[in-house]
Amino acid sequence: MEGDVAFVAADPTLSRILCCECGTPIEPNPTSMCVACLRTHVDITDGIPKQAVLYFCKSCERYLQPPDSWVKCALETRELLALCLKKLKGLSQVRLVDAAFVWTEPHSRRIKVKLTIQKEVMNGTILQQVFIVEFVVNTQMCGDCHRAEAKDFWKAQVQLRMKGQNKKTFYYLEQLILKHKMHEQTVNIKPVHEGLDFMFANEAQARKFVSFVESVVPCRTQTSKKLISHDVRNNTYNYKFTLSVELVPVCKDTVVCLPRRLAHQMGGIGQLCVVFRVANVVCLIDPSTGQVAEVSGGQYWRQPFGAVGGPRQLTEFVVMDCEVQRGGERRTFAGQGALSTRHQVADVWVVRSSQLGQEDAAIHTRSHLGHLLKPGDLVLGLDLKNSNVNNDHLEAMSEEKLPDVLLVKKVFADPAARHRRRRWKLKHLRDDAETGSQDRDYAEFLEDLEEDPSVRGNVNIYRDATKVAVDLDDEGGYEGPQVTLQEMLEDLQLGEDATGGEGADMME
Amino acid sequence: MAVRTQFEGNNEIGVFSNLTNAYCLVGIGGSENFYSLFESELADQIPVVHASIAGCRIVGNLSVGNRHGLLIRRVEERLSALGNVIVCNDYVALVHPDLDRETEDILADTLKVEVFRHTLADNLLVGSYSCLSNQGGLVHPKTTSQDLDELSSLLQVPLVAGTVNRGSDVLGAGLVVNDWCAFAGLDTTSTELNVIESIFKLRD
Repeated sequence: MEGDVAFVAADPTLSRILCCECGTPIEPNPTSMCVACLRTHVDITDGIPKQAVLYFCKSCERYLQPPDSWVKCALETRELLALCLKKLKGLSQVRLVDAAFVWTEPHSRRIKVKLTIQKEVMNGTILQQVFIVEFVVNTQMCGDCHRAEAKDFWKAQVQLRMKGQNKKTFYYLEQLILKHKMHEQTVNIKPVHEGLDFMFANEAQARKFVSFVESVVPCRTQTSKKLISHDVRNNTYNYKFTLSVELVPVCKDTVVCLPRRLAHQMGGIGQLCVVFRVANVVCLIDPSTGQVAEVSGGQYWRQPFGAVGGPRQLTEFVVMDCEVQRGGERRTFAGQGALSTRHQVADVWVVRSSQLGQEDAAIHTRSHLGHLLKPGDLVLGLDLKNSNVNNDHLEAMSEEKLPDVLLVKKVFADPAARHRRRRWKLKHLRDDAETGSQDRDYAEFLEDLEEDPSVRGNVNIYRDATKVAVDLDDEGGYEGPQVTLQEMLEDLQLGEDATGGEGADMME
Repeated sequence: MAVRTQFEGNNEIGVFSNLTNAYCLVGIGGSENFYSLFESELADQIPVVHASIAGCRIVGNLSVGNRHGLLIRRVEERLSALGNVIVCNDYVALVHPDLDRETEDILADTLKVEVFRHTLADNLLVGSYSCLSNQGGLVHPKTTSQDLDELSSLLQVPLVAGTVNRGSDVLGAGLVVNDWCAFAGLDTTSTELNVIESIFKLRD
């Protein structure tokens, strides 16, 4: 049907006139010419290319949408038709009445589109014409596939590392990255020993990421670049950038021994401290006085201090007696740093859980957990007397100043029971990140979230739909900290809503 | 005999000339080519006269005439371009439906014609959209066949719908005709000339 031309709106009651060119009797029209003669004068498809080229990436099966985006569309779909029509430049000059695909063999690499167009010619005559445009599908590798093929994914990488045995700070940072959507620009995330590598397409994105990490956790950064290639003629250099970020290796619930100078600078805090939080600074508390101090990343790396005992080295004790110190009993001195108002210093008598029932097993210690402890409670602490610690600062301290036991945290319930009762979950950067040895760290991180609402505020917590069915009868017996339902977010679920019905029901 | 011509590059020769069976008026042009053609064709039979009306050379538009006389624009008449609103031969005239009664009377008296008020294919300007001689007439191409029959019985001459100047429907401007001779715009195709010659019976 190519070249089918017709006049629009002819009236059958009119008398016939002769075509002024060839003398054929025709219905009168504004040009007074028959269709054949008119075609010799004007071609309304003039200026519309009859052939065009589409670019197709074989590996990802997408079509090029100029200037530089690639779209996925199947044969004979609206999307492909729109793509084809956009290729035809002259179409804006005419009125497009209809467009449809003409079937072609899928492997022929030809796409044919039948177009019906109208255009006004000479003194108001509207001419309609049907014609076929053939598109040749040429292959061209898209930029993404090209980069994948060349194994050139990234321009800059951020090496996030945390030394030390416990990775709780790392889990916290992962949640912050997720909450602030900082991972969206990464090209790839690769787990390596003691950390993660984040790949970025350009240096600016990597720097942005690093400045984010610096703002939320104490760390130090090093930048280096490697020359990949350069062009002496136009003075361009192609570098790969590596930004190394090392997190402070102490994490929450670690007992640390500060260098004497640092302890002095921190308002005369005791050298033996417990890390009770790691946010953008390391928060320390002296259990014997309740004095707190904050160590920023910069301060830490100037005078680093190692762990005396991490959460793994803690042993379980049973609280025999707990006497909270009143305000008047506190020893204060000039230049003393801030005292915690949220903790209460108490004299506590504890017995190792393993030695419960033995005579003279009670050990006296000072603890900052006075507000939580009562006789009979289980508490985790560092048995300093029976542990073998290699720490220069600790060895420099005199024996008398060292307590026998340092209590670190209260045990609220059996970890397995808490895990069962937990009705929320977190998201992860990589779904396959968990390994066996890290499971305990992760469980502890979840428990920390339950115990500390201020940390919880920085994290997106999602309702775990799989655990909703747990019966609530035994809820009364549990007194430990919990995450309330108000703090949980509803996870995006496609297809089904929470009631199990169609997702569309929620629109009403 | 039908001749193609042009007035200073313009195909609308009916604007610049008025041809009747008794005389021919030709607008004053920059060159004598147009006049010369008329003179060579017509000087043996009728006078060919250089003319201007009110200082204008569009004599075809402003006047209407036949062998009995010539009518030029009347100051009181709203439709003063008589060539556009009146078409006539020596016996009948078609006029614009809104023409003054007085003009109609003058027309009937001077040109000794029977006057009919009519439209052609919904066009009021009958002088522009038709051309008439004692032998026949050419009318607007969109005229329906029913109108054609009605008009030809009214005017007592055969009529046909047609075009001049390669499809132009402004017949009065593109064509001047009398009983033995016709002049058409230079763009007129041979098909159109054929139609003109056959309806006006100009074939020798």
